[in-house]
Amino acid sequence: MNEGPHSTVRPPLLTIVLISGAALAYEVLLMRLFSILQWHHFAYMIISLALLGYGMSGTFLCFVQKRLMQRFTPSFMINILLFGVSTAACFQVAQQISFNAEEALWDPSQLLRLFAIYVLLALPFFFVANALALSLIRFREQVSRVYAYDLVGAGLGSLSIVFLTFVLHPLPVLMFLGTVVMASVAVAAWELSMDARVKVAASALLGALVLALAVNQMDLTISPYKGLSQTLRVAGTKVVDSRSSPLGYLSVLESEQVPLRHAPGLSIKAAVEPPPQVAVFTDADNMTVITADRGERDAFAYLDEMTSALPYHLNSPGHVLILGSGGGADIQQARFHRVPRITAVELNPQLVDIMRDRYRDFANNLLDQDGVDVHISEARGFVTRSRDRYGLIQLALLDSFAASSAGLYALNESYLYTVEALQVYLRHLEPGGYLAITRWIKLPPRDTLKLFATAVEALQREGRADPDRRLLLIRGWQTSTMLIKNGPISDQEIIALKTFAADRAFDLAWYPGIAEAEVNHYNVLRQPYYYGAAMELLGSQRSAFLNNYKYDIRPTFDDRPYFFHFFKWRVFPEIMALRGRGGMPLLEIGYLVLVATLIKAVIASVVLIVLPLIYLRRQNTSIVHERVSLARVLWYFFAVGLGFLFIEIGFIQKFILLLHHPVYAVSVSLTSFLVFAGAGSAVTQRVVSAGGHGRAARYAIMGIALIAIAYTWLLGPLFAHLVALPMTLKVLVSVLLIAPLAYCMGMPFPLGLSQLSSAASHLVPWAWGVNGCASVISAVLATLCAIHFGFAVVITLAVLLYISAGVSFPRVRHTAGAAKPC
Amino acid sequence: MRLRRSCQVIVTLGFAYWRYLSSKRHCFLALRYLRDAAATRHQSDDATKMPPLIRTGLHDGRRRRIRWICLVTLTAAFSTSADADRYQRLRLGMLDAIRADYQETAVYIDKNQADPRVLAAMGRVPRHQFVPDKLQDVAYENRPLPIGHGQTISQPYIVAVMTDLLGVQSDDRVLEVGTGSGYQAAVLAELVAHMYSIEIVEPLAIQANKRLQRLGYANVAIRHGDGYYGWEQHAPFDAIIVTAAASHIPPPLIAQLKPGGRMVIPVGTRFLVQELLMVVKDSDGAVTTRQLLPVRFVPLTGGH
Repeated sequence: MNEGPHSTVRPPLLTIVLISGAALAYEVLLMRLFSILQWHHFAYMIISLALLGYGMSGTFLCFVQKRLMQRFTPSFMINILLFGVSTAACFQVAQQISFNAEEALWDPSQLLRLFAIYVLLALPFFFVANALALSLIRFREQVSRVYAYDLVGAGLGSLSIVFLTFVLHPLPVLMFLGTVVMASVAVAAWELSMDARVKVAASALLGALVLALAVNQMDLTISPYKGLSQTLRVAGTKVVDSRSSPLGYLSVLESEQVPLRHAPGLSIKAAVEPPPQVAVFTDADNMTVITADRGERDAFAYLDEMTSALPYHLNSPGHVLILGSGGGADIQQARFHRVPRITAVELNPQLVDIMRDRYRDFANNLLDQDGVDVHISEARGFVTRSRDRYGLIQLALLDSFAASSAGLYALNESYLYTVEALQVYLRHLEPGGYLAITRWIKLPPRDTLKLFATAVEALQREGRADPDRRLLLIRGWQTSTMLIKNGPISDQEIIALKTFAADRAFDLAWYPGIAEAEVNHYNVLRQPYYYGAAMELLGSQRSAFLNNYKYDIRPTFDDRPYFFHFFKWRVFPEIMALRGRGGMPLLEIGYLVLVATLIKAVIASVVLIVLPLIYLRRQNTSIVHERVSLARVLWYFFAVGLGFLFIEIGFIQKFILLLHHPVYAVSVSLTSFLVFAGAGSAVTQRVVSAGGHGRAARYAIMGIALIAIAYTWLLGPLFAHLVALPMTLKVLVSVLLIAPLAYCMGMPFPLGLSQLSSAASHLVPWAWGVNGCASVISAVLATLCAIHFGFAVVITLAVLLYISAGVSFPRVRHTAGAAKPC
Repeated sequence: MRLRRSCQVIVTLGFAYWRYLSSKRHCFLALRYLRDAAATRHQSDDATKMPPLIRTGLHDGRRRRIRWICLVTLTAAFSTSADADRYQRLRLGMLDAIRADYQETAVYIDKNQADPRVLAAMGRVPRHQFVPDKLQDVAYENRPLPIGHGQTISQPYIVAVMTDLLGVQSDDRVLEVGTGSGYQAAVLAELVAHMYSIEIVEPLAIQANKRLQRLGYANVAIRHGDGYYGWEQHAPFDAIIVTAAASHIPPPLIAQLKPGGRMVIPVGTRFLVQELLMVVKDSDGAVTTRQLLPVRFVPLTGGH
């Protein structure tokens, strides 16, 4: 089995495509699974760090490379086998570890549990990275081809996981991926022309069957503190249906004994009880309800007792647009107010299906009533394309209070609440029409004020000199509703506003001409924060106010679309001092999770990168006498790793603004980036054969820099013209635009690796590990940069990183002696 | 042999003493250990046909029984009084922590200091009896704890603030929606004449009921059921506390609040209370709410 480097065996390219596709799909799937079990931001942290498995692999191989390469075929196969088994096994063990982030404040053992989860989930990536790196080392003359197939496989993986999560539930997808990996062992046996290939293939397929049966027995262990788990404690509740898609895992819950009575934001003066309801949970949290409609209008009177009902009392809109119709409460609210024409937009087709299918009679065919028109689309994209003008645009409460108030959305980009988005909505209002946005009330006030600041900015950018004359803000104890009118607010409207608010015990926070004596009557705050903030945000001291406020409530823009990011480092010490005294909820935990992830990733990376160097010294290899400079190798592969993801993340954000739909935009962009980068890598094979790696890398980097800079300027205006095109054409345009950039981006890594293979092959695993660590750091760092400085800065940094990589391309020192392999 | 026997007695007593310093729960473990050790010794005596360890003229069985009775009595006496002392000490520590937190946040909840009656009540309730066995040692730390069924027992400081905000008098009737472990109900039962509590999760209701009966809280009535409609039969209430998550304040609860009464609702996650909502019904029946932050924090700095 000792195979020399010049063996005639061809690289197992199909196996590489399969396992690297499965690895990427597995990563996305884990993200999905942990978003259901835990919360999105912890899923993000766990999966980001699990990807350090790639870095671990580099370090590991540096130690055992020689031994494993002597028996390449079994080593390669065993790693794939372990990858297959660990996909299911490690997940199963990890989900059994009960980790509760909120307890970590008092209970250090929670951190140990978290660590155990990281390690467990890093294992599958470690094994697959081993298999990939072993092939890169074994077939070093064809490194570009192998890497190309790796990238193409990942691209196909990112596309197929979207499809898979649409048609299958998460656990069957896990079963499918495990089976594919096990089957790829059989494929590898054939590709590597093993002597006992029939036996190996048969055993692998048998293993696949056992694995599938094992996964079939598994259940999801959802955190007991999530909304779904909590509701299921109530007797008589059961989940009657569930649907899966990349947009979320929907669980439909019926409660036979205790009515759900979901009516957030209901006035304290309301005496009515909501009709029977069915709950729909997204990812075991974030509840929306479908309400029974027996044709009695009065049953929906409770919807008139909410802050969001305000616009219906100011005038009678003829055409209402509801963005995010969910279970249909806002449609019912509009119907209650006898709106003749209602257009509703909902992102999740499965939610619409549930309402049209299982609960059609229950909801009295709500979505297909006369005058109701439902579209499955992303909200902002829909408005952008719409040629209609509306009397009222309602932007519903799309997120749950619990997650929102705990700061769990801090990492989520939202293109619904940016200045540019508000401008788009305003341009689609009839003269005298309203844009109404309802948000949760939080203490201390945060998102309502950020929204108000964003609205003021949007109005000013639209050339309105009198934003104060166009804004209204009211609040209950739970929700606030802000109205922007397309025109100045009249005296009659102000009278109607006062009556509406007084009847429902809602407080006035802003209307043109408001007096301090009129505020803070019903839901009494220590100070009239909302009124005070509205005055400041409309006054001349706005920037000083924004600066002095302890949360980040600056307007959000498309370049920094983090509406839910409120954290300011300045207040961190103050809050930390209060953490044991009920101060913990003041922290916006989502952001800190991101920072913690970065710190952990950096520490782990330093260890993983430095360990092999110590080993090299112990092996009596004089590092200074390497044929290439270690510093150059380190920086080149690190910068290329960082740069690749920076560009990818930066531009995916741009394409979201064209394609709008979060899932399609990400999967189309990601797949295009990976597949075309694969094509770019494949082409470098010829360059590799002809020599001149350095020059080729520099040309590629020049290409990346030029295209990236050009795109930064051109894409915005270009997309403004293309936004009305049909989806298929927009996808095509996106793919064509990504192609040249990704093509160049696929070159620097294989060129560097190929150079290293010929100059110091024992450093290849180290470079592989450095690149793996850089990828983990990169994803987290890019988000942090985007939160603070915007995506434009992320792209600029990426270009600088690539240029620095070009400068530090690992050249061969001709004077140095040969180094011993490690 | 004598030496070995003496060693055994010393070790056994030492072990019991160490456990006595620990906790009552551990004492049970110690007793179980002693019992097991005795059984093992007995087996080994039989197996090797060794002579009895002490020749007192008594039969083996009787001798063992006496030995047992002595040990158990000794250990139990030590442990009960010691446990009581230990938990009393821990409770005092907890009260100090609450007082310290109050000093930080006094202004924010419109109080200069904690109501001494509330602190005294919390000083009497054995909080460790309301948490799972394995968490008894940390029961008096100023932190929330998981109690199973996806529920938690609130942080003592938050319990103190909520109880304080209710402003109850000794002859009051108080309703709680969301019994949980029953700790909040026990604290209130120390302060008022009639305490009523409703829990929607049946196992929790049963468990809390048993626990409060065992601890002798005769003025608490617990019912399993839906808290939305309150407890009409015993209404109106001077104060209501709603610890169960609700999307809105149930109108029947507002109706069952006496004029001049107060309702307190903690808002947040299971472990972290973000704010306290207080519903106040004036003497003329007008209802207003107040949102309070249980921590000293001003969102604005400098010049505002």
